[in-house]
Formats: sequence, structure tokens, C-alpha cells
Amino acid sequence: MSADAAPAQTPPPAGLPPRVGLFVTCLVDLFRPSVGFAAVKLMEDAGCTVEVPAAQTCCGQPAFNSGDRADARDIAKAVIRAFEGYDYVVAPSGSCASMLKKHYVELFDGDPAAMERANLFSAKVFELVSFLTDVLGLDQVEAAFSGSATYHDSCSGLRELGIERQPRKLLQSVEGLELKEMQDSDVCCGFGGTFCVKYPDISNKIVSEKTRCIEESGAELLLAGDLGCLMNMAGKLKREGSRIEVRHVAEVLAGMTEQPAIGEKKRG
Amino acid sequence: MHITSPAFKDNARAALDDDALQRALGNVRSGFIGKRAKAAAALPEFEQLRDAARDIKDHVLAHLDLYLEAYADKVEASGGHVHWAQDAEDARRIILGICEAKKARTVTKGKSMITEEIGLNAFLEEHAVTPVETDLGEYIIQLRGEHPSHIIAPAVHVNKDQVEEDFRRVHTHLDPARNLEEPTTLLSEARAVLRDKYFQADIGITGANFLVAETGSSIIVTNEGNGDLTQILPKTHIVVASVEKVVPTLEDMSQILRVLARSATGQDMSVYTTLSTGPKRPEDPDGPEDYHVVLLDNGRSAMLGSEFQEMLRCIRCGACMNHCPVYHAVGGHAYGWVYPGPMGAVLTPSLIGVDQAGHLPNASTFCGRCESVCPMRIPLPKMMRHWREREFSRNLNPAAARYGLGLWAFFAKRPAVYHAAMRLAIGTLSRLGRRSGRFASLPFAGGWTRFRDLPAPQGATFQAQWAKKRKSA
Ligand code: SF4
Repeated sequence: MSADAAPAQTPPPAGLPPRVGLFVTCLVDLFRPSVGFAAVKLMEDAGCTVEVPAAQTCCGQPAFNSGDRADARDIAKAVIRAFEGYDYVVAPSGSCASMLKKHYVELFDGDPAAMERANLFSAKVFELVSFLTDVLGLDQVEAAFSGSATYHDSCSGLRELGIERQPRKLLQSVEGLELKEMQDSDVCCGFGGTFCVKYPDISNKIVSEKTRCIEESGAELLLAGDLGCLMNMAGKLKREGSRIEVRHVAEVLAGMTEQPAIGEKKRG
Repeated sequence: MHITSPAFKDNARAALDDDALQRALGNVRSGFIGKRAKAAAALPEFEQLRDAARDIKDHVLAHLDLYLEAYADKVEASGGHVHWAQDAEDARRIILGICEAKKARTVTKGKSMITEEIGLNAFLEEHAVTPVETDLGEYIIQLRGEHPSHIIAPAVHVNKDQVEEDFRRVHTHLDPARNLEEPTTLLSEARAVLRDKYFQADIGITGANFLVAETGSSIIVTNEGNGDLTQILPKTHIVVASVEKVVPTLEDMSQILRVLARSATGQDMSVYTTLSTGPKRPEDPDGPEDYHVVLLDNGRSAMLGSEFQEMLRCIRCGACMNHCPVYHAVGGHAYGWVYPGPMGAVLTPSLIGVDQAGHLPNASTFCGRCESVCPMRIPLPKMMRHWREREFSRNLNPAAARYGLGLWAFFAKRPAVYHAAMRLAIGTLSRLGRRSGRFASLPFAGGWTRFRDLPAPQGATFQAQWAKKRKSA
């Protein structure tokens, strides 16, 4: 069966592993595939079968947040079509998961059939770390990292999906990793999708406050669950000449840190 | 008030370069947030109270005409006068009419955003009536010839040393050697100056936090007690309030009061909660002889039934701006009109038009912190998005942005074409960036790379790598 064709829409026979459709997210697909592979490893280690439908591009947020509902709706329909046959749909991003889970349903006012489909779909969607902990019941991972890390709470994950203690709990089980909280970890990093290029001065001010908090935490590694925020913070830290490394939380949880950190050159 | 919202970007840049302003904005971050969090945490039923407050206002908005009529009847029954103002001009004309009838020269004012909205001070001055602001923050910005930059802390953009300077400049009759180091000494100096004004004033003008339909009362909450003196001492009291301030009963008012101060300043209650119901009765020891209420619509009834109706639940607590990273960065004046921060980003386009205020709902990261603290559970980001939708459907956003979005959407809707195109683009980009792992500048990415590096892609796209892996498996 090609990866394009969605599996049948019946629940898996008892005893079969849950079938997960990985929503890669456009930024992970383009900039940091290692996050996608880390997500696959984490879910496979936890007993899932993971598939990656090729009929996916982006969750549609750029259109949705620019007021272009028609395009956002088309993209939402395509994503739902590609993924609704899976038991679960998981994205390594709070922002994209929230788009799929919370905002798709808002796009179908006045179209009860599509709304119903979006609601059924919504129930299957999870952000990666919350899927591992809240759905699969994972409370530790087999991974090691020697050093200190600080965790930034990306906005959508935190406020729309309630992701806060889950990543911290799993990080605490990473051997050798010391978690150092930064001040205002719940404050926006200034990325905001197209915001950061539409209002670069303001975005710069916000991310500068963020990098100050990151530096003051004394941690050697910055982690978060959203690549957009991570690229923004890494880009600023590197511009400021900081030595702090930046990674997606999934890379550390999966023990897959052999790739250079975000914005770093290949070692050796 | 002169509108500078279309120049939001320039305003913002100037604000970011203004060291004194940046120093003052630090107080917003350090002060309000912790106090609100503590107050909310100390009240176990806080979240339920938010639900109740929301429900009360939703009920009112569904029956606004009925409650307004009931309120107006009660005001008239208690001997007051009700005036209906369609827009700002109407309201100004009505207020000036009362001033002229009373031959008023001086009016004292309690803190009121509505009188800012209708540009009352400048208008009264043009007509030889002197308005005197009695709230300390308002008094300070009146001395400075400015407008409020925050809805509950109008002078939050001013540092203490600047206030001291202003006082020495204006209060020339006082001893130049006096000590004005402490905020309390500033307050008592302002009080000393204002005391005479209260007695000179012919009319006191206040806003209202609530209008109670059950009793015909208007309510203000303050911390300085200035509002009481403003409405009790002069012979005439004018209340200026927008129509959505009405609540059914005193009980409803008390419910909402429980979330108001906690969300605003972290107090359980403001120091003074003052109710006025009609003019002084024969048995009352004091109070105004004449009591007027000006009920202002100014665009609000048009919000009813629209996707912006929920904005009318707002009780002007300021929590949304206190928690907003954009407000923290640029302050309130950058928003270019009366209402700043997230509530302004939704309300301002409703009141002055999205063609004027289009930047405001766009200048948000949608971080959602405003909604998470709004005591009335107003979905602020969602409504900002609704403004973006209106702009998009009216072609109001910049052509380049529309073009970029259209191009992106073309690809995003065609996965096969998208993956092929991205494979090429990402291949090139990752080769270019291999040496340093990031870009310090890149054509077409100036918005990004002006202030930060762009991390280079790792190599082939995930989809390309995944397909290859599957094939070899
Ligand atoms: S929108 Fe909500 S948080 Fe903002 S001022 Fe109004 S009530 Fe307060």
C-alpha cells in the first residue's frame, strides 16, 4: 500500500499496535528532518506503528493567520483526508498540532458534514510529547545527555494544549541531564509565524528579552517543542555570539543528538 | 484625538529607541503580572468567577436594549437625566450643552477612557471650559500634554524622575527645595494642588465601570478616592459611559467586581467602590444637585451580532496589555489611538475602522497570553484573526504579502509539486549553508536576517529521506 492511501477507518483489532500518522510539519520537513526521525523513534520505541503520508505539506497556519480562510480550509480538508484513517495523528509541534486539533473545526462553520469530520479528526490529534505521556502513559525515556538544559514553553503548546509538565517529566528521566528553569519560560519568544518578518523590530525586542532569560538560566542547551520558536531563538543566540546550543526536545528524548545543534556547523 | 494607528510601525520603532520609555515599561512586566497571578491563585473559585462574569455579560449583550431601557427608567425615576449619544460628536455636544447651561468654567474629571474616546478635554478647552484631571496618573499626563498609554495606569510610560521634573515645572508656587523623591510625596503634592480645584469645579465628570439596571446606579472603582470627590463636591455630576457597561443587578456587579481588581492590579478590591444613584435627595448631607448620564454608542451596537460581539464583555481591567509581549516592547502610544494592547487591537478597528487600525490586529504573535488572563474570557487572538480575515477579503493587506501568500498556498495545496520544489530549494540552501550551519544574510529573507541568523537546513527534506529509507527497506 502506498503511503498516500489512508488506512481503513476502523479501530485497530485489539492487540495490534496503534497506527500513527506523523504530521511532520513544514519546518521539520525542510530544515530539521532529524526531529522527524526522533519523533518516529520515540513512538516506535513506545510500541506504535508510524507512517508518514506523502500527501502533507503544511498545516495551513500561514493562510489561517493571514485571514485567508479559503486556502486554510482547502489545506485543512487535504490534511484531514490524508490522516483521518489513522488511530492517531501526531505532530512534533504544539503550534501545528493545535492548528489541526483546535482550529480546523473553526474553519467549517456552516458546513455540518465537514465540521463533523473535523471534530472526529480533532480527537485523534496530539502533540508529540503529550501523545507520549498523556496517551501512551510514558513517564521515562531511555536516553542520556550530559549537561544542563533549559526548556522554553512555546505558546500554542502551553496555552492551547496544556503542555507544560509533560516535557519536563520526560527530560528529568534523561540520564545526566540537569534541568535549569529560566525566568519567564512561558513568555513568547517573538516568533509568531509571519509576525517576525512583518514586524521585525518588535520581534527582535521580544526575542532579545528571551535570549537574556536563556543566558541567565546558566544552561548549556535550550530546548523547546516547536521548530519555529527554536529557529528564532537559535538565530538570535547565534547572532549574539552565544555558545548555548539549541535543539528540539524530541532529539534529546530520543537520544538522537549526533546531528549538529540548530544553526551549528557540522562537527569535525 | 489624533489617530496615528496607520503609522504603527514608525511609532513602534520610535518607542523601541526611546530609553526612558523602555525603562518605564519594565514596571509593567515586573509589577502587574506577579500580583495578578498571586491574587488569582489565592482565590480557589477564581476560574468559576471568570465563567460567571462572562455569562453575566453575555446575557446582557443578548438583551442589551431591555437592560438599557430599564436602567434609563431607574435613573429618571431617581431624578437624573439620561442622554443617548450616537457618536463622539453627539456626546461632546451634549456635555458642552450641560456645561453651558450651568455656566461652568471648570470641570473636575475622574479617570475615564470614554472621555478620551470622545476627545472631551480638547473639545472643552476649545469652548473655554477647563477640564482638570484628578486621578494622579491622568493629572500627570495632563501636565505633560499627553494621552494615557494604558487603560488603568495612564502614566505608566512616565518615570518617577520625569514626574518630578513636571511637578517642579508646573507647581511654581511651591517651595523649589521640597523633597519629591517618593511616590507618596508626589501624590500628596498633587492632592494639595487638586484640593482647591474640587471646590472650584462647577461640574464633575466621571466614567463608569458599571451601570446597574436594577437601581439606576453608576459605579466607579478607584484607588485614590479622587472619583468620589469629583462626583460629590460639584453641583452637577455627569456620568459618561458606553452602552455595554450595563449589568442587571447589584449582585451581578459584585460578581464581576471580584475578578476586576484581581485581574487589574492584583488587589482583592479597589480601595474605593463608589455608587451614585441620581442627584442628592433632600435627606442626603451632600451630593450633586443635578445628575446626568450620557450613554454612548459610538459603534458598539454595530458590534452586536458580529464576530466581535464578545469584545463588548470587556471590563477594561488592563490584564491583556499587562501580559502582552508586544505591549511590553512598544508601550501604549504606539497603537496610535485610545485603546492599546490586545483589547485595543480588537476594539480600535471596530471604532475607527480597520482601514485606519489594520496594523493593530496584525501586530500580534498570537501567543494567547492575553486570552489566558482575560477575566471575561474574551478570545482576543481569535478576534484579531477575524480582523485579518476582513482585511484579506477587502484586499487591504500589502500586495507583496498577498502575492507571497498566494504563491505559498499554490504549492501547499499540491503536495507532489511542493515536495519536488522543496527538494530542489532545500538542497541548494543546505549546500550554501553547510560551511557555517547558518546564514547571516540571505536574499528575500531580510526580515529574518536583519536581527538574527537563519539556521541552515540539515540536508535533504524529511520526506525525501523517508521515501529513500522506505524504498531501501
Ligand atoms: S480584554 Fe479582557 S483582559 Fe483586556 S481589558 Fe478587557 S477584560 Fe481586561
